[in-house]
Amino acid sequence: MPADIVSGNSTQTRQAADSAEPIVVFENVSITFDIKPVLQNISFTVRHGETRIILGPAGGGKSVLMKLANGLIRPDSGTIRIFGQDITHMRESDLFKLRARIGMVFQESALFDSLSVEDNVAYRLHEEHVPEEEAHRRVIEALQFVELEHTINKFPPELSGGMRRRVSIARAIIAKPGLILYDSPTGGLDPITSTTIIDLVIKQRDVTHTTSLVITHRLQDAFLLARNRFNQQTGKIEPIPDGGIDDSTRFLVLNEGKIFFDGTTRELVNTTDPWLKEYLS
Amino acid sequence: MPFVSPENFAKQTVASIQGYSILCWRAMANLFSRPIYWADIYTQMDSIGVGSTPIIVLTGFFTGCVLALQSATSLQEFGSVNLTGNLVALSMVKELGPVLTGLMVSGRNSSGMASEIGSMKVTEQIDAMRALGTDPLRKLVTPRLYATVFMLFFLTILSDAFGIAGGALVSVTIMGLNASSYFHNSYRALHYGDVVQGLVKPLFSGFIIATVGCYFGMNTKGGTQGVGKSTTQAVVVSSIFIIIVDLIVTRAMIGIFGR
Repeated sequence: MPADIVSGNSTQTRQAADSAEPIVVFENVSITFDIKPVLQNISFTVRHGETRIILGPAGGGKSVLMKLANGLIRPDSGTIRIFGQDITHMRESDLFKLRARIGMVFQESALFDSLSVEDNVAYRLHEEHVPEEEAHRRVIEALQFVELEHTINKFPPELSGGMRRRVSIARAIIAKPGLILYDSPTGGLDPITSTTIIDLVIKQRDVTHTTSLVITHRLQDAFLLARNRFNQQTGKIEPIPDGGIDDSTRFLVLNEGKIFFDGTTRELVNTTDPWLKEYLS
Repeated sequence: MPFVSPENFAKQTVASIQGYSILCWRAMANLFSRPIYWADIYTQMDSIGVGSTPIIVLTGFFTGCVLALQSATSLQEFGSVNLTGNLVALSMVKELGPVLTGLMVSGRNSSGMASEIGSMKVTEQIDAMRALGTDPLRKLVTPRLYATVFMLFFLTILSDAFGIAGGALVSVTIMGLNASSYFHNSYRALHYGDVVQGLVKPLFSGFIIATVGCYFGMNTKGGTQGVGKSTTQAVVVSSIFIIIVDLIVTRAMIGIFGR
């Protein structure tokens, strides 16, 4: 296990841990594209160390919510605070600095086609002018975390969909961010590869306790996250004993641009709402 | 296809002009603040400048050949075939060299920029770049803008030189003119204002090629079909802009230098 990745000793993480302020705060956020309201009065918070799973039917505004959280698009109304900073009216140049503390895994990986895996993963380090030797060492560590160190000299088109997604995770975690946004990390993948990706998300959650937002369409992925843990002694993912549930994992269900459910795993599985029961069945 | 209401059309047009103006301003201003991506500027200079050299040399050379052939035939009727060098030099340096180079580079590079950046846009690579803390305008547009303006200047000189050389080949081998006389006349025909006019135009053309190509790339929507549409629009719009700006610059230069 790479030492730096395991230690998760980022300045950002420590700062966030010291702060009582939630890492992500959405207050009455709404956004409309053309004339279609995509998100309406969305309010929720994500505490430090929490993994928030965002569920909902396709077209419900999940990816838009993720982009709003990273300041890639701006809401029409409402306030978004990340690490205690209001990003709603923040200048783009200030957002670039804030994004150094946020890692993002895109739906289709969004790796740079013309760059090798090493350059993709080291992209942020190169931007920060980290010495080449140190950058290379950290790339190796990040790729070891996703078990893809042998692909370091390959280019994205030479990788399978699952491998691209894992490289994307390595790129997101290399700077040891205080917040990781996973936009459908298992979308379009076969069940076995999806489980591999979710295992990595669990590993990242349990090793570094990084706050994260995870969008998924697959309920089995969501419950895998809630019911499993990473055993640092064996280095394997295993079910939480006695049918336990990870306390740091909570759910947010979006439907037609509105929050339909916001709560814990137990609250979700014990819901009496007919639509939610049907959705979960 | 549904008709767009005049109100929506006006709004879209104003928004496009606004978006293009902001892109141009930020792309220019980025060179005066850090970080500056010099490696990307040199890469683009190689791709745009060195990569376009063969088509510019061939276009310039054969345009000069045809120009000499056509003008010599007409000048023969007036017994002024010796003036072929003057005509070729003036036409190439003032007009055909800059405009043809602009149009050729537009066809090759404006489309390339639109498709490359457009592909990055539809595959979320532009968003990924922003998420990784990099300004895409600074990283992608500014290097292309300065590389195109810088290299188009020299490509135009190359085109002019090969055009005059092509004219010389035809004049000497087909029309039987004296080579020394041809080059002497060409040199005498060119005045300071003509050369300035011919070298100012590529600066504008380079600016148009890069900004239009990048603008359509950055505003690509709708997957691979959208990339194709952006590519076509970039070539059409930049070509039209080049010719319109050529007219404006020509008129301004005539006003300044009197020829």
